[in-house]
Amino acid sequence: MTLLITVFAAVTATVAWYRRKNDDMRLGILCFMYWGASIMWFVDAVFEFIELKDAYFTPAVEDMLNDAFLGLSVVALGLIIWLVRLLITDPRGSVRAALQKK
Amino acid sequence: MACFLVTAAEALVVTAVEKAEEKKELENAGNMEGAEEVSSIPLSRKLKWLTYMLWGGAVLLMFEHIWHGEVVPWFPFLSAMNDPADTAEMLHEMATVGVCMALLTTGIWAIVCRVADIIVKRPVQQQNVL
Repeated sequence: MTLLITVFAAVTATVAWYRRKNDDMRLGILCFMYWGASIMWFVDAVFEFIELKDAYFTPAVEDMLNDAFLGLSVVALGLIIWLVRLLITDPRGSVRAALQKK
Repeated sequence: MACFLVTAAEALVVTAVEKAEEKKELENAGNMEGAEEVSSIPLSRKLKWLTYMLWGGAVLLMFEHIWHGEVVPWFPFLSAMNDPADTAEMLHEMATVGVCMALLTTGIWAIVCRVADIIVKRPVQQQNVL
């Protein structure tokens, strides 16, 4: 579930990156971050599948819910990291302009 | 248990290499002022893509480990370090899952770089308007 949610986040971020008008939002970083995490969770899933076999596809509802919560939290954390970096690097100069306004 | 440490270590090395490469490219650009513009993607930019993937993945994976109580805020920071049997299992996981994560991420990055080079070098196509 965590893998699935992260993959959806990666695809959404990539589509948003492709449709961008300019690179002000630095969406590429978000794409690479989510794709990196997706690849790593994919490897984790493969090893889990080797260990659990068919049971991997029939998780308990409680585990699935916990994984979904984790997946959403991971997406939120990724967005926060990206946003903090965006505000610090301030490619558009919006933060600087706001701070200099009297 | 601590598979993200392998990718974090690789991220650290790649970041150092990327910074050195970027410095070298800037020096070369200064020496080649007025020369013909290079149309390929610089290596430092490609390495930056890999660092984003590795750091991003490692940080988000670390969060998962915190979620599952495998990373704790007190020394030695990894709950598996408290028991020798768990430590052995953790090291085995790092050597298998962690190394596979690092290899697959690097492999996919290499494919992305190859495809990016092909896209940059191919001639611009006219858009079909229906």
